[in-house]
Formats: sequence, structure tokens, C-alpha cells
Amino acid sequence: MGLLDYFRSSQPKGSANVAKERLQILVAHDRAERHRPSYLPNLQREILEVIRKYVDVDMNAVSVNYEQEETHEVLELNIVLPDTVRNRA
Amino acid sequence: MARIIVITSGKGGVGKTTTAAALAMGLAQRGSRTAVIDFDVGLRNLDLIMGCERRVVYDFVNVINHEANLNQALIRDKRCDNLYVLPASQTRDKDALTKEGVGRVLDELSQGFDFIVCDSPAGIEHGATMAMYYADDAVVVTNPEVSSVRDSDRMLGILASKSRRAESNEEPIREFLLLTRYDATRVDNGEMLSVKDVQDILSLNLLGVIPESKAVLNASNAGVPVILDRESDAGLAYGDAVGRYLGEDLPHRFVNAEKKGFFSRLFGG
Repeated sequence: MGLLDYFRSSQPKGSANVAKERLQILVAHDRAERHRPSYLPNLQREILEVIRKYVDVDMNAVSVNYEQEETHEVLELNIVLPDTVRNRA
Repeated sequence: MARIIVITSGKGGVGKTTTAAALAMGLAQRGSRTAVIDFDVGLRNLDLIMGCERRVVYDFVNVINHEANLNQALIRDKRCDNLYVLPASQTRDKDALTKEGVGRVLDELSQGFDFIVCDSPAGIEHGATMAMYYADDAVVVTNPEVSSVRDSDRMLGILASKSRRAESNEEPIREFLLLTRYDATRVDNGEMLSVKDVQDILSLNLLGVIPESKAVLNASNAGVPVILDRESDAGLAYGDAVGRYLGEDLPHRFVNAEKKGFFSRLFGG
């Protein structure tokens, strides 16, 4: 064992690297979730209500994305209108 | 006015109570009047680790409910005159800890003490949030292990948003990392997250690294805070952590494995 271990020690390191990589991804994700403003679900619902007054869109037609960049936050709204609307125009 | 320190982690079994007992004893030994409070209502254990379980008459919840006054409930440590233990209640449910009640007891303790150490229960439920709500400083106890590090990060989020200091827009809680159950040999072998790995993820002020040590179980068996075992690596590491908390600049011991000679590596052992 001792002899083998000695030569093995120069090989790439074991499970700790995997642990660190998994944690870095997980923690970044957790933090992004945590920093989302709590009003996002309501915002999404109300925008959808307004749009549906004018256009018959699907429940999933509005997506709200929130991202934190280094110096500012980006609130991204994506609204998918149905094909028929474009045809009418 | 006392400084209120919460010992927290999120995950259970990482060494919160061991740490609370050690830090409180260390601060008291250096001459500060110190009280240590068990917030784990229903699962009290601090009294056992401190070795005063047979002297518990009244508890934290009795004081909150005005069934006893603080002086009746506080247990003076027999080894150190500056140290007092406020045990948790063993029978009542955890909702007995109200924000007002806890605040009142901490206020009253603040008059006569320099430090109040709050030993938090595991989890992020009521008892844990009460333990950290009034804190000035937080010691986040973490094992070099994925679930513990993740839970610690979650706890940091809660400290930053749900404490009194956060709610009243005061200067935020000072957060410290205490890495426990550290096995430098396994770190060297790439089998365990290193201090640097954990620091890279949590980026906290490092209060200390406590090595995995038989002394911790021996100390809890005997009801003696491990910091009193000056022969042990864990005891010395806790002593250093107390010094750092008080502003001393001390090198971190026990983070590197003892160097094995060529022959012992070659032949194992």
C-alpha cells in the first residue's frame, strides 16, 4: 500500500475538486435565487393580465428574467404574441 | 452594553454547541463577563457540554414567561467566575421564544455582561432565527463538506436579511467562519475541501480552523469545554480563535498535515 500510495500521489487530486466545483455552481445558483426581488411573480401575473385585455395570449406567454450584473440589474421581459396577431397586421 | 454573538450553521452536528461552550469559556477566562444561552428549546444540550446539567433549576423560557428572574436561572460556572449558562427549556415547544421575550432577556443580560454567546439550534426555523435576530456578530460553524458549506451559505443569506440589524438598516452583522472537524491529511490527499476551497466559496473572515480531534468527544464525555484541554490540538485551536475574535493577529495552526518522512510514506504508516 505504502509504496503504491507514494507513486500515486503525483496523480490528479481526488474528490475534493469535484466537491468544490459542485458547490461553486450550487452556491451561485442559490444566491441568484435569493437576490431575486420578491415582487417578480406578481409582476409577471399583472403584466399577463394587461396583455390579455388586448391580445389572447397563452398563460406562459410572458417570461420575466432577473439578472444581476456587476454594476446593475437587468430585468428582462419576454412576451410571445400568437401568430394570428401578426397575420392580422 | 454586551456584544451578542450567535453561533450558527444551518446544518446540525457540525459543532455549534462545542464551539459555543469553548468560545464562551475562552472569553470568560480572558476576563470578560460572559453569558452563554442555549436556544435549542426542547433539545437542550449546552448544559451537558458545560457540565452543569444537574444544576438546572429554571431555564430561558421560565425567564421569558416571568416565572423566574434571570439571577435564578443563570448557572455560574464552577471553573470560571466570569461565566454563566442560561439553559434551554427541555419541555416546552419552541414557539415559547418570542421576539419580544428574547429581546427583553438579552437587554437585561446586556446590563451586566460583556459578551452574550447564543448557541443556535440547527435548521432555519424559529429557534435558529431567534438566536441570530439580535446578534452583533455571527460565527458560522462549517465542516469541510458539501452540505455543510451549502447550508452555511444559506445561513449567511438569512443573517443578511432577517436580523434586527438588517431590518433597521444598521451596520450588518460581522460574520466569521469557523471551520471544524478539519483533517489536514485528507485535505493533502485531495479527499477533503481545504480552508482555501471553503474560503473561495463563502469568502468570510476566518476565525479559526479546528482540527478533527479525539479531544472533542473526550471533553463532551466529561462535561468540560474542550478549550480547557490545553494539551489538545482542538483546545489550542479554540484558544487561538478566541484571540482572533478579540483582535489578535495569530497564524493558523493545524491546517497543514504533519510532514511524513520519505520512508514512512514509502512503507505506509
